[in-house]
Amino acid sequence: MADQSPSTPEADRIIKLAVLAVGGQGGGVLADWITAVAEVNGYRAQSTSVAGVAQRTGATIYYVELCRDTGRQPVFALSPAQGDVDILIASELMEAGRAIIRGFVTPNRTTLIASSHRIAAISEKIEPGDGRAPSDQVMAAAKGSAKRFISFDMEQMALDAGSMISASLLGALAGCGALPFPRETYEEIIRGSGRGAIASLKAFAAAHDRARDVEAAPEAFPPQPIPSTPKVKGPQQLLSQWQSLNARVDAYPELVRDMALRGLRKVTDYQDVAYGTEYLDRLDQAVKLDRAGYALSLSAAKHLANAMCYDDMIRVSDLKTRSKRDARVRSEVGVRDGTVLQLTEYFHPRIEEFCGTLPAGFGRYIESRPKVSAWLDRRINRGRRIRTDSMSGFAMLWFIGGLRRWRRSLLRHQVETAHLQHWYKLALDHVSQDYALAVEILNCRRLIKGYSDTHVRAFSKFDRVLSGLDLVKGRPDAADWIRRLREAALKDEKGTMLDGALKTIASLD
Amino acid sequence: MAERSFAKEVEKLRLGAGEEFSGEGILAITKALLQCGVGYVGGYQGAPISHLMDVLADAQDILGELGVHYEASASEATATAMLAASVHYPIRGAATFKSTVGTNVASDALANLASGGVTGGALIIVGEDYGEGSSIMQERSHAFAMKSQVWLLDPRPNLPSIVKSVEDSFELSEASNTPVMLLVRIRCCHVHGQFIAKDNKRPGMTVAEALDSPRRDTKRIVLPPASFLHEKEKIEKRWPAAVDFIRSHKINEFFGPDIAKVGIVLQGGMYNGVIRALQRIGLADLYGETQVPLYVLNAVYPLVEDEFLGFCQGKDAVLVVEEGQPNYIEQAMASMLHKADHTTRIIGKEVMPMAGEYTGQVMFDGVGAFLRERAPHLLPAQIRAPNTTDMSQDLSDLTALVPGRPPGFCTGCPERPIFAATKLIEQELGHHHIASDIGCHLFSIMPPFELGATTMGYGLGPASASAFNSPDAKRRSISFVGDGGFWHNGLTSSIGNAVFNRNDGVIVIVDNFYSAATGGQDILSSRANNRSKSTKHPITEAVKGMGVKWVRHIERTYDVNKMRDTLREALTTPTTGPKVIVASSECMLNRQRREKPLIDKAIKGGERMVKPKFGVDEDICTGDHACIRLSGCPSLSVRTLDDPLRDDPVAHIDQSCVGCGNCGEVADAAVLCPSFYRADVVHNPGTWDRFADNIRRKLIGMMQNWRERRRLEFVDA
Repeated sequence: MADQSPSTPEADRIIKLAVLAVGGQGGGVLADWITAVAEVNGYRAQSTSVAGVAQRTGATIYYVELCRDTGRQPVFALSPAQGDVDILIASELMEAGRAIIRGFVTPNRTTLIASSHRIAAISEKIEPGDGRAPSDQVMAAAKGSAKRFISFDMEQMALDAGSMISASLLGALAGCGALPFPRETYEEIIRGSGRGAIASLKAFAAAHDRARDVEAAPEAFPPQPIPSTPKVKGPQQLLSQWQSLNARVDAYPELVRDMALRGLRKVTDYQDVAYGTEYLDRLDQAVKLDRAGYALSLSAAKHLANAMCYDDMIRVSDLKTRSKRDARVRSEVGVRDGTVLQLTEYFHPRIEEFCGTLPAGFGRYIESRPKVSAWLDRRINRGRRIRTDSMSGFAMLWFIGGLRRWRRSLLRHQVETAHLQHWYKLALDHVSQDYALAVEILNCRRLIKGYSDTHVRAFSKFDRVLSGLDLVKGRPDAADWIRRLREAALKDEKGTMLDGALKTIASLD
Repeated sequence: MAERSFAKEVEKLRLGAGEEFSGEGILAITKALLQCGVGYVGGYQGAPISHLMDVLADAQDILGELGVHYEASASEATATAMLAASVHYPIRGAATFKSTVGTNVASDALANLASGGVTGGALIIVGEDYGEGSSIMQERSHAFAMKSQVWLLDPRPNLPSIVKSVEDSFELSEASNTPVMLLVRIRCCHVHGQFIAKDNKRPGMTVAEALDSPRRDTKRIVLPPASFLHEKEKIEKRWPAAVDFIRSHKINEFFGPDIAKVGIVLQGGMYNGVIRALQRIGLADLYGETQVPLYVLNAVYPLVEDEFLGFCQGKDAVLVVEEGQPNYIEQAMASMLHKADHTTRIIGKEVMPMAGEYTGQVMFDGVGAFLRERAPHLLPAQIRAPNTTDMSQDLSDLTALVPGRPPGFCTGCPERPIFAATKLIEQELGHHHIASDIGCHLFSIMPPFELGATTMGYGLGPASASAFNSPDAKRRSISFVGDGGFWHNGLTSSIGNAVFNRNDGVIVIVDNFYSAATGGQDILSSRANNRSKSTKHPITEAVKGMGVKWVRHIERTYDVNKMRDTLREALTTPTTGPKVIVASSECMLNRQRREKPLIDKAIKGGERMVKPKFGVDEDICTGDHACIRLSGCPSLSVRTLDDPLRDDPVAHIDQSCVGCGNCGEVADAAVLCPSFYRADVVHNPGTWDRFADNIRRKLIGMMQNWRERRRLEFVDA
């Protein structure tokens, strides 16, 4: 494809630069900066945009054309064309993908500068499971499509500097040398932009140096931090009990140990050391049945822990009244010295939660009497805002969290334990005939999550997925079908995809 | 108060003769109006000319100094009707609105304005919203010019051309006693450039002077028999006058060599795109020096027949570059050639697409195809026979992967809880027929809400549900209209109509205090003090005045429970007639713009200020994302935890949260989960604040300590 008139000398060519941004990222500011930098360097520049979309979180394009000022006005185009872009700046990774799809990135021509961070689109966020598009395919496509590909997390760099991503994008543009302008001229323009200039300069400098140093080498995925063994504090007696549980984990096959230890830690934290013993007792059954690879034990270690740590009022109250939580909120919100933090929690308990927190017999007694239940529900079922920075609010939750000691005798615990045992037994019973199927049954526990109605719906999905078990049992691909059912169940809220998948199964011969 | 302030930029409107103006297209248009001695300006906002209205609003002082009247019209029809001031008086007037939604609304006034004709120059600046980023682009402004017999200019998209076109328009209008439409496309409105300014001119006659010495001329009034005469006059007098003016003033431009076998005819607005295609093909240089002759129609209606036929002289074929459909210009030119018995071939939509934007690639392909077929000798080898080896990789995987990112409700938008409540009431009472309207609230049709079945036009939401009014139905229709649409024409077209026809449906008026979708301009019910306009007229009073008996006003839309309960009441009450819910909360974009600097200043000044932000307890969130399905706030996203025990990402609220409270309210109303919290940071706390906080934190610390000493505590190293 011809770039421009072949007779045009190199230095007099038009440089075409497009910015693909998500609304609210400051793409307009960036385009203005680039125009200004070009003009102070003796270039003529023209920028265009489609206003409106930019404010409202949609994907939007800013377009700048520039060329050396020879005293005559060049004819600039108003929007980018496929195969005719020299520099493409994507302010988010999927926007780089969009630019490639739209043909704005060409291997013989385009310098692609893309921030590697993700802003999930609404379609990615609403799935009950993990609906996010994987980044690696876009990364690979970007490497293959661009002449040079400069990519790192410019959003984080901007945040660290207390600035906006527009500043770090400009830094990357300056640092990669795709425009023939000296660094000082960029900095001069930022300095002149007034508010926030110091933070912007900091973000600019960081991105500039990074882009200059990486030179076309896209960001290597940062090595996963090796999970540090958590430190344990507590009374001596509990610590020695904990040590003995740890010793039991150490006796497990090496592959299972990390997950088992995490599970053990979770359930112990949830209830007590005895609960940890219960966990390991259950896990032992899976480990004993397991063969090499230990998929069964790993799944059991993960999902047993999650099943045993069901979400009840006690757990929520306990978590919300811990000192760790207070510290986390303070750091997330950015509470500084000299300010005061007020915390409001949103609760909406219903009769079900109330009964679940009663001794099993008493709870059942109420639940089996609709009139009493309804009367109580009218008093309980409403939204409550609880101030956990106040004494009364905190004390109430602290008290509920303290019910932990009696949890084993409460109605919810009995219901959950019965359900767990049924599920776990179902899975282990299948090990001998179909190992993979047993693993998939264990993995179905992932479906159970949420509170109140969401939780009820989750249970129903769980039951519907396992209802497919009888239909596929004995087939060589039974495990695969259960996996597919589970994945379908995580696609939408009501389980429409799941119903479709179940119909497919029913039609299998 | 509009979303964008031009307070600084409007100072450029004071530039005098010889000085260089540098800025955006819309600002250049405003400057051109003042240089032309315009007497009054008005219009209705909407992309792409919203900012032109904002510029005018911010330039009121300058306009006032020159004796220019400024009007923020109630609708496009109002704006066009305003141009009636130029019918009898030699006053230049300009109105602006977007096309085609605006030209549609303006049609009635446009027909009558064109019929009687004008004495002073009457200019309508239409923002042609076609192509990328456009919301309403179904029709061409060209059709409106043709059917009403007004002239249409489509200048080359650079500042000197646009400015000259404004001047030409007024003169053309006066020379032919006909209103003129000036068409500017979206990117042209926002293009940055320079031109050499002239002095501003005071109008020859101001509206005040006209008012003091009224005139009338029955011959200019649209009523038979005068209107029959206008029909003839338009064709016999005004049209030839316009054609003469366009020819003699060289409104259309010629570029390139005089003699060639092929040429290109194009709308002025297409010029830069055609030149870019020629540059890429190798037939034009940087500055637009082209080897292919161009006939640039800065006036696209009426066409100048002899000028066009002259251009065709000696050419085998001519390409017509005309964006949009139907191809009016191409048809007209084909007819001219045919009648003149000309052998030149007209090529148009064979190589250019009939529908859709003429993007860079479309131009490159279309112009290339035309030249390859008709003038291959002009082309360099690689264009004449391009290598077809496709270097692009297979992108189908990527296309499936990259998620769509349509515009949606802003962070903290007060309309989101209205639709969360609607979704909740539908979970309870079943699905309803929902009619939508134009405005920000139309984002309800997108995920996560997916509510709304039709959108028929601005202010026409409830009107578009008017057929759904049956005593046999067990369910009522729900319709939405924004405050902008309500005042535009919804009050009569939708509310009055519903009252009169005893419509039993539910109407929700989304009141965000501004015409928010067009950029936050003030309207009658805006609650801000406006220096030159009368605001604070409650919608509820207007609705009651129209005769609606069942009216509920929600003053804080974030109260999802109340919103849902009110909807339930409206859908189930035995009361007959329209049930109107006015749901009011200020547009968050505007509110932030207004409040943020004040709060920051107050904090710096040592005042006690409470700043809210929401958060999610990540260990309590289970990763079901039900909250996101009822909210969709950009600041509410998902995050992967560094914990192999957790498969699904959890909800997370980022730094952009404005603390509107929607998350917590939705979690409460939908009984979701207790993981949301609101963190209010008290800046510059008072002595009591600090004292109480101190005591509380000590006591709470003691309780935490007591418990944590008695259990195993896992601390991340």
